[in-house]
Amino acid sequence: MARRPVPPAIRRRRLLLSIANHSVAIALSIAFLVPFVFILATALMTNQQALTARVWPDPFRWSNFSEVFRAFPFVRYTFNTVTYAVLATVGVVLSSVPVAYALSRLRWRGRQGAFMLVLATLMLPPQVTVVPLYVIFVRLGWIGSLKPLIIPLFFGDAFSIFLLRQFFMTIPQELSDAARVDGASDLQILTRVIVPLAKPAIAAVALFQFLYSWNDFFNPLLYAGNNPDSWTLAVALTQLTTLSRGVLWNLQMAGALLFTIPVLIIFFFAQKVFVEGVTLTGVKG
Amino acid sequence: MATVAERPQPAPAPSREVERRRRRRRSALRRQLVALAFMSPWIIGFSLFYVYPMAASLYFSFTHYDILSEPTWVGLDNYRFMFTADAQFWPSVRNTMWIIVFLVPLQVIFAVGSAIVLTRVKRGLSIYRTIFFLPTMVPLVAAAVAWVFLLNPAGPVNRLLGLLHLPEPLWFYDPGWTKPGLLLLGLWMVGQTMILFLAALLDVPRQLYEAADLEGAGPWQRFRHVTLPMISPVIFFSVVIGVIHGFQYFTEAFVVSSSGDATGLDHPIGYPQDSLLFFTSHLYQQGFEGFHMGYAAALSWVMFLVIMVCTLFLIRGSRRWVHYQGGFR
Repeated sequence: MARRPVPPAIRRRRLLLSIANHSVAIALSIAFLVPFVFILATALMTNQQALTARVWPDPFRWSNFSEVFRAFPFVRYTFNTVTYAVLATVGVVLSSVPVAYALSRLRWRGRQGAFMLVLATLMLPPQVTVVPLYVIFVRLGWIGSLKPLIIPLFFGDAFSIFLLRQFFMTIPQELSDAARVDGASDLQILTRVIVPLAKPAIAAVALFQFLYSWNDFFNPLLYAGNNPDSWTLAVALTQLTTLSRGVLWNLQMAGALLFTIPVLIIFFFAQKVFVEGVTLTGVKG
Repeated sequence: MATVAERPQPAPAPSREVERRRRRRRSALRRQLVALAFMSPWIIGFSLFYVYPMAASLYFSFTHYDILSEPTWVGLDNYRFMFTADAQFWPSVRNTMWIIVFLVPLQVIFAVGSAIVLTRVKRGLSIYRTIFFLPTMVPLVAAAVAWVFLLNPAGPVNRLLGLLHLPEPLWFYDPGWTKPGLLLLGLWMVGQTMILFLAALLDVPRQLYEAADLEGAGPWQRFRHVTLPMISPVIFFSVVIGVIHGFQYFTEAFVVSSSGDATGLDHPIGYPQDSLLFFTSHLYQQGFEGFHMGYAAALSWVMFLVIMVCTLFLIRGSRRWVHYQGGFR
């Protein structure tokens, strides 16, 4: 297409349209961002000011963030949250990779059926199994600890198995065959051929599981809620008012931010892994 | 070794034939065992955490069971009690339906709207996209705690409303305003859905819009007859996921109810006045605060069946309005 000078009338129209579009986009941006502004501002206020209408912190109390650790056992909660998130991630990766391998790279009887069952568990609402699971964990004496949150994840996770299987399917079969001819066992093929090639998918699975466990509320509440020593940050955040016998908006907002910031940092550094993982599943989300 | 065994031989001795078959059978068995070894974490997990619990929960749902004593068989009593005598059952169903009926469509509309805005700005797209997406990254509990503050009766939202001379509701302290408050939280966190719609909108082939322009279609007609059919699979996906999540709605409501007020008292689940009592909240309360395990199991099965029926219903209905580009269905 040859470039011709655009007539002024059309150029003006385009400019107006672009201004209109940007105005709407900016208005929406403000709507999405204003809550963050109020949360951050309040996290930096004295508690007296947090109850007033003044928005600008005066004085700035950066010490609120360390005060959260002094006023509540936040170190403990952070430690529990990190323990849950890290061990859950390790468990899911260690157990789901071999299962995904068997479901994608090995030929055996019952493979299709097993894969359908994995998909079925993916669709099952967790509420259906929660009552007997609770009973099992009571019998094992695990209630009030982090064990019910972590140990089941060492036995495979349907979503991760599905995502890894989809990725393993795309690796050419010739690579496994070549390794087999060289005398490699399946375990060696998995660890030396498949895993190095599947790093992006494994990273995505690890990332999703880490964030899921970090944010998880229902399971820690259910299994560890009765024992404050086992609370994760998610559970503790909802109890700050009760713990301090009164509303401390400034410390609550500081706590909420401390809980959120690691997620935002991970997101900005791992955006690529995130996007790859999302496109990989095809289900997106 | 397989190639050696399969080389055509003029007159195979019977013993060799048997030997070959045996070897092949042994290698198939070996393969099966290797596969099962790799599958073993899932086989154990599936039996312990899915098969047994599902069977047990179905059995519990016909019993009285408080963990301390053995379950006692009561037939359909739990189900009868649920539908006819439990004063909290129907309110929890009504609240759950309310959230599904309002939140799901509003989220879809808002997500489509914001995504369309994003497709129309040329410069700064990635900045806008990051901003729109940012709230989704906030952990749900942190977001809910933050909105308890934002919507507190003397909080920032009401101060803004006051400046505009609009009514200032009590939000999470007024049973009539609790669920609209949760709608605001849900719309703020719409980023994930919006990203899906953005991808779908950018996937609509240019030529379709050009063809529509040639036919003299206005902006509304273009949206109605080109954009909407092309993004209908994503709308369908969002509605199904939204409805399934709607039935399991719990965390936001639990945090809002339990975060307490100035006196530092812990409020009961569903506070105020059961206006935030959802189906899963009810299940949680019955099972894990009252230890009516049998009744909680019955509630979970009713929920499971309702979700299945709704999903099937949505899938059936979708054939009429979801347009798959591949032409299939």
